[in-house]
Amino acid sequence: MTAPVKDPVKKVESARESFFKRLTRQQLFIPLAALVLLVLFNLIADPSFFAVSIKENSLGNPVLSGNIISVLDNASELVILSIGMTLVTASSGGQDISVGAAMAIAGSVILRLVCGGQVNADTMHMNLFLALFIAIVVSMLFGAFNGTLVAYFKIQPMVATLILYTAGRSIAAWINNNELPIMNDISFKYAGTFLPGIPVPTPIFVTLFVILLFWLALKFTNLGLYTQSVGINASSARLNGLNPQFIKLLTYMILGACVAVAGFLRVSRSGSINYSRIAENIEMDAILAVALGGNALGGGKFNIYGSVLGAYVIQFLTTTLYKYDVASTALPAYKAVVVILLVVLSAPVVREKLTRVKGRTPAKAAKEVS
Amino acid sequence: MQEGVVLEMRGICKYFPGVRALQNVDFVLREGEIHALMGENGAGKSTLIKCLTGVYAKDEGDIYMAGQEKAVTIRSPQDAQNAGISTVYQEITLCPNLTVAENLYIGRSKGFGTSWKRMNAGAKKILTSLGIPASPKQQLGTCSIAVQQMVAIARAVDMECKVLILDEPTSSLDEQEVEKLFGLMRDLKAKGVGIIFVTHFLDQVYEVCDRITVLRDGQLVGEYVIEDLPRVQLVSKMLGKELDEMADIKSEVGAAADASGEVVLEAQGLCSNAGIKPFDFSVRKGEVNGFTGLLGSGRSECVRAIFGADHVTGGTVKVEGKPAHIRKPLDAMKKGIGYLPEDRKGDGIVGELSVRENIILALQVMKGFFRPFTRAQAEAFADEYIKLLEIKTASADTPIKSLSGGNQQKVILARWLLTDPKYLILDEPTRGIDIGTKIEIQKLVLKLAAEGKSVTFISSEIDEMLRTCSRLIVMRDRKTVGELTGEDLTQAKIMATIAGGEAQ
Ligand SMILES: Nc1ncnc2c1ncn2[C@@H]1O[C@H](COP(=O)(O)OP(=O)(O)OP(=O)(O)O)[C@@H](O)[C@H]1O
Ligand SMILES: [Mg+2]
Repeated sequence: MTAPVKDPVKKVESARESFFKRLTRQQLFIPLAALVLLVLFNLIADPSFFAVSIKENSLGNPVLSGNIISVLDNASELVILSIGMTLVTASSGGQDISVGAAMAIAGSVILRLVCGGQVNADTMHMNLFLALFIAIVVSMLFGAFNGTLVAYFKIQPMVATLILYTAGRSIAAWINNNELPIMNDISFKYAGTFLPGIPVPTPIFVTLFVILLFWLALKFTNLGLYTQSVGINASSARLNGLNPQFIKLLTYMILGACVAVAGFLRVSRSGSINYSRIAENIEMDAILAVALGGNALGGGKFNIYGSVLGAYVIQFLTTTLYKYDVASTALPAYKAVVVILLVVLSAPVVREKLTRVKGRTPAKAAKEVS
Repeated sequence: MQEGVVLEMRGICKYFPGVRALQNVDFVLREGEIHALMGENGAGKSTLIKCLTGVYAKDEGDIYMAGQEKAVTIRSPQDAQNAGISTVYQEITLCPNLTVAENLYIGRSKGFGTSWKRMNAGAKKILTSLGIPASPKQQLGTCSIAVQQMVAIARAVDMECKVLILDEPTSSLDEQEVEKLFGLMRDLKAKGVGIIFVTHFLDQVYEVCDRITVLRDGQLVGEYVIEDLPRVQLVSKMLGKELDEMADIKSEVGAAADASGEVVLEAQGLCSNAGIKPFDFSVRKGEVNGFTGLLGSGRSECVRAIFGADHVTGGTVKVEGKPAHIRKPLDAMKKGIGYLPEDRKGDGIVGELSVRENIILALQVMKGFFRPFTRAQAEAFADEYIKLLEIKTASADTPIKSLSGGNQQKVILARWLLTDPKYLILDEPTRGIDIGTKIEIQKLVLKLAAEGKSVTFISSEIDEMLRTCSRLIVMRDRKTVGELTGEDLTQAKIMATIAGGEAQ
C-alpha cells in the first residue's frame, strides 16, 4: 500500500505560481484589462478616436478637445462619488442609492446661495467657496441622516437610503421654491468648464484634487484600517476599542461631502439645474464602479483606486457607445451587457476561480459547508 | 484495499500560496476504530480533513473508500455527506441566524421535508438525548460556543455515516460534555463506524482512541497503535523534540506568586446586561488569578464586564486606587487592560485583514485615528511577535483567516501583548493550541506576572489553572461562590466548590 513516488520537481512548480496566475489575482486586473480592451477596440475601429486637438470654445479661448478629454472630463462626478461609495460599502456592507438625489440637493443649495434667491442672476450673490462649503455641510448632514439609520437603527443601507432617494429631488426643488434658477455669471462656470487661459477642463483638476485628498487621508490616518475592520467583523472591531456605529456614520458623511462636490461640478457645467434629470441614475453607475474595481459589495477590504478606475471605464464605455451612434434609448441596454460581464468577471469568487488551473474555489466550497 | 478498511488516503498533497500544507500524506481508517490525528498547530490536520471532505481540492493523491474499486472523487461537502462521511469542522460552520432545529436538519436530503412541527420535535429528541441545554426554536447565535459545538456534533452524529470526522470538537466543552461525546463515539464505534478525532488534549486521546497518526509540518510522521506509543513519545513525535510537559513551570519561571503587591484593579458590585449577579473582584500587581466554574457559570461574563465588553449596568471600578469609568472597551484599554476574548472567530480575528494588521490593531486604535504606524513600524512589530510566539504563517501579509486555528489564536495573543497592558485578561487563551505552545503560553503568563503585570486566566482545563494561578474565583449560576488560594488549590477542592458542597 505504498503511494507511488512522485516527481519532486513537479511539486515545486505547483507550489510556485505562474506569472499569469499572480497577475489575474490582482484586484485591478479586470478593470485594467477592460480599459485595455476598450482602447484596443477603438484603436482598431477608428484610431482617430484618440485624436486630441485644440479648438476655440464659445469664449474664444483655445481649449483641448477630443474623446479622451471628454471621457476624463465627464467621468469626474462619477469618480468622486465612487470613492465615497467605496468607503460606505466597506464599512456597512451596503450601498447608498440616494447619491443622485442628494447631488440635486447640493446643486440646488449652491444655486440658491449664489443666485441669492433670484431666478435669473447675472452676478454672484455669495462667494463661491462659501456657497460650496455650505453645500458640503448640508450634504454631510443628509449623509449623517442616512448613516444614522444604517448604523444606529440597523436598517439595510439600500432601504435606509431609499427614503432620501425618493424625497431628495423634491427637497431640491423646494429649496428654490420650485423655481429653476439660472446663473449667468461666467466665473460660476469656471469649475464646470474651463478656467481662463487653461486648456484642460477644470473638473479633471477637481477630481485629481479629490483623489489626492483621499490618498493623503488613507496614508496619514487610519481611515482604511478602521472602516475595513468594522466592515469585516464589527464585534471584534468593538473589542479592539473602535466604535463601529460611529465609523459607519462617518463613512456616510464622507460620502455626503463627495456628493456635494459632484453636485457642484454638475451645476457649474451649465449654470442651471433640472431637478428630476440632474445626475439621474448616477447611483447605479457609482455602485457599478465600486464592483468593477474588484471591491466586494458585501463590505470589508477595499481599494479606492479600483473604484476610480472602474468609474473611468464606465465613462469610457458610455462615450464609445455614443461615438458609434448607439441610440440613446438603446444605450443602457448595451452598457448593461458589458457592465454585467465585467462585474461578473471581477467578482472575487470568479477571480479566484480564474486563478485556478483546476479544482474548486475554497471560498465557495467553504460556504457550502454551512 | 485491505479487509476492514473504510477509508484510505494515499499521497495527498495540498499547496497554498507560499505554503506546502500537505506533502504526500497517507492515512488509513479501519472499521470500528477511533483514530486520532495529531500534530502541532499548522501541521495540516484540518487541511487533510478538508481535502477529504471536498472543501479544498487536493493537488495530488487519491482517496479510496470501502466497497469501491476505484478512487472516489469528492468535489464538495455535499458529495462527502452522500458518501457517508459526516464532519464537524474546527470552526463552527453552522448558521447563527437560524434556529437550533433548522441547523440540525439543514441540507440533509433525508430530512423532514417542510414539516416544521416534526422537525422541531425531532430536534427536541436529539437535544434531550444528548442533554444539550437549548430549545429547538432558539436562534443558534444566542447559544454559547459550547452549545453551538454540541449542536454541530449532534448534527453530524445524527446522520447515517460510515466515517465520522471530529476536528477539535472538545475545545470548548467541559468534562461532562466530553464524557457524553465519548459515550456517543463508543456507541458508533461498536456499530462499525470509523472515527477520525483531532484534538490537542492528550488525555482524551489515550481515553478513547485506538490508533494515532502523527503529522508534522505537512508530512506524515507515522501511524501507531495506541499501546505502542506512550505519551512522552507521542509528544516528541509531534514536536520533533523532547518536552517535559509535567515540569513545574511555576518554580521554573520563578514567579513571585505571593499576592502582596498593590491592588491594580478593584471592582465592587459590578454587573452587566449579560446577566451576572453583582460581584466583587480585585487583582494585585504581579498576581495571576482565574475564574473557574462550569460552562455558563458566568466566568466569561465577569471578565467582559471588567473590560466593558458588555453593557455595564452597575458597580464601581477602581484602577490603581483611582475610580475609573469603564463603559466601553477603549476606556479599559486606556487604563492598561487587555482582553483576549473567548470566541476567536466571532470576537477576535478580523478575517480578511493580514496577520500584520491584526497584530497592530489594538495598539493602533489606542494610538489614535490620526497617528497611523508607518509600514516599517507595523512590519517590525509583526515580525517581532511572529518570531516570539512562533506563529506559522506564509508571511505577515497573509490574511489571518487562512492560518490554522491555533496560529490565529497566537496572533490575537500577540495583539494584546503588543499593547503592553498592566492587566491582561485571557479567556481561554490556549483553546486549540498544541501542547508545546500551551506550555509556552503558561510560561509567558507567569513571566508577565514576574515582570509585575497582572493576569486573569480563564480555562476549562483545571490543570492549567492550577499550574498558573495563585488564586481562583469559583463561579456557579452566574454568582461567585468561593475563592481558593494556597493550600486549597487542588483539583478536588475546586470540584467540590464548583459542585457546591463546600461553598464559602
Ligand atoms: N485557506 C488557506 N490558505 C492559505 N494557507 C492555508 C489555508 N488553510 C490552511 N493554510 C495553511 O496550511 C497549514 C496547515 O493548516 P491546518 O489548518 O491544516 O493546520 P492544523 O493542523 O489544523 O492546525 P491547528 O491545530 O492549529 O488547527 C498552515 O500553515 C496554514 O497556514
Ligand atoms: Mg486545525
